[in-house]
Amino acid sequence: MAEAMSDTDPAPDAAKSLLDVNNIEVIYDHVILVLKGVSLSVPEGGIVALLGGNGAGKTTTLKSISNLLKAERGEVTKGAITMEGRRLDTLTANDVVKMGCVQVMEGRHCFEHLTIEENLLTGAYTRGGDRGVKDDLELVYEYFPRLKERRKSLAGYTSGGEQQMCAIGRALMAKPKIILLDEPSMGLAPQLVEQIFEIVKRLNSQEGVTFLLAEQNTTVALRYAKYGYILENGRVVLDGSAESLLSNEDVKEFYLGLSTEGKKSFRDVKHYKRRKRWL
Amino acid sequence: MEFLHAFFIAPFVEMVDQPWFLFEVLVGGLSAGVMYSLVALGFVLIFKASGVFNYAQGVMVLFAALNLVGLMEWGVPVWLALILTVIIMIGLAFAVERLVLRKLVNQEPIILFMATIGLAFFLEGFGETIWGSDVRPLDIGIPDDVWFVGDAMLQQSDIFAAVVASFLVTVLALFFHYTRIGRALRAVADDHQAALSIGIPLNHIWIIVWAVAGFVALVAGVMWGARLGVQFSLAIIALKALPVLILGGFTSIPGAIIGGLIIGAGEKVAEVYWGSLFGGAIEEWFAYVVALVFLFFRPQGLFGDKIIERV
Repeated sequence: MAEAMSDTDPAPDAAKSLLDVNNIEVIYDHVILVLKGVSLSVPEGGIVALLGGNGAGKTTTLKSISNLLKAERGEVTKGAITMEGRRLDTLTANDVVKMGCVQVMEGRHCFEHLTIEENLLTGAYTRGGDRGVKDDLELVYEYFPRLKERRKSLAGYTSGGEQQMCAIGRALMAKPKIILLDEPSMGLAPQLVEQIFEIVKRLNSQEGVTFLLAEQNTTVALRYAKYGYILENGRVVLDGSAESLLSNEDVKEFYLGLSTEGKKSFRDVKHYKRRKRWL
Repeated sequence: MEFLHAFFIAPFVEMVDQPWFLFEVLVGGLSAGVMYSLVALGFVLIFKASGVFNYAQGVMVLFAALNLVGLMEWGVPVWLALILTVIIMIGLAFAVERLVLRKLVNQEPIILFMATIGLAFFLEGFGETIWGSDVRPLDIGIPDDVWFVGDAMLQQSDIFAAVVASFLVTVLALFFHYTRIGRALRAVADDHQAALSIGIPLNHIWIIVWAVAGFVALVAGVMWGARLGVQFSLAIIALKALPVLILGGFTSIPGAIIGGLIIGAGEKVAEVYWGSLFGGAIEEWFAYVVALVFLFFRPQGLFGDKIIERV
């Protein structure tokens, strides 16, 4: 895809930006350069999508914001991450959550041997003995009635969809301003994906939670997000409002599986002879 | 034929013949079991919260007892010595977190396990350097009379140990299930990363759990020390906790207790009634054989967390 930045929309500066990632570079294990200067900004109250294929750097970007990288021997070596003007990259993961930025990790990561309700309650750990926790539990149950039904089941025994709900609910319990949602559609039936995105949208409009979501499912993500960034090889290669991305020819061809030339003839695609292999 | 008779029939006839003797054997076994449980409990706590198998738990028992005895020899009154030892064990927890765990965060479990072996050697050597390696009696005023129930003789100290252990276990179980910190400990045990992602500070959790394990080690050390004197073989006896854990499950507090009781009672009964068949001293290995059998048929132990697998 073209290296050039999009020519369509400038970054959305109408709303005050909540989270700014400024030209960060991330290195794993002191040698592996994963992000090569990623910048993005998330406006307050927005839903921003981070798109791209496997290994593009979506998860790494989210983890460098939530500061989970350190536990994986990754390090932000250049650039800065700020939330409401405060540097996040110098804080611990615990303090980032206290600032109001919580990540829902890819693959759900519920606490399997805790019940759904206990999972949700641990989400409120950083709030100490806050009295509001009980009310917020009810609020989460309002958004996810399914979780209320299964509150006493061990999370490990619930379905993938329920676990995804549990993970989002757990993040909500920390009373975040922004949730970093990593690949919420992974391994879920299309119907459920739709349902989860609907809830994300409601949380955004009714509770005012800002979302930054990393997604491979470009079609769905751009339907719910207002703005999108496309990552490739650790760089932002394109960004713009959801509409402009949806109408971009390159995006259509590479990420949405559409193309203006109609069906592509595979006769034109060059074939490579398969090398002999032993197995 | 004779062997079969001696194996399957004679012991049971003997048990029925002399029920009071059986009772006495059982109580003796159970009280040894309580001791195993106390050590196993320390293992479970650390394993639950950090997924680390703490090889040094046995040595921590010894270390706690050594400090207690040492302080008492200096003329410190019992209550103060106990408090000081608790403080030392909490200090140890801080040191372990700062010097070992923090450096090895996110390493393979086996590497952490190796680190705890190192810790075990260090604590043993350190204890010996400071307090010397003599066997010392430990007397902190645990009642040591004998009660007669029917024809059986019961040691008061055994009963005392049982009461203390059950109290400790109840408190820990409540703590793990109904408090915020307890829930966080279990959460960390399940998934480090997810715990981090919702803002649970792992360092604090580790300090808490090692401090609690240190406290449990102190209780176990007091009980064992009062029984056998404080000596370096305590660290080896403490390894009996291993089969207890396999039986009860590595992640279950009640499992540690019940596993301990079963192993304690089982090995005593086996020794008394079946020992002569195998040339005696089967107490030494009985527990390990039980553990082996359990590994075949129920690797998660009686009460361990079910191994949840998605199908």
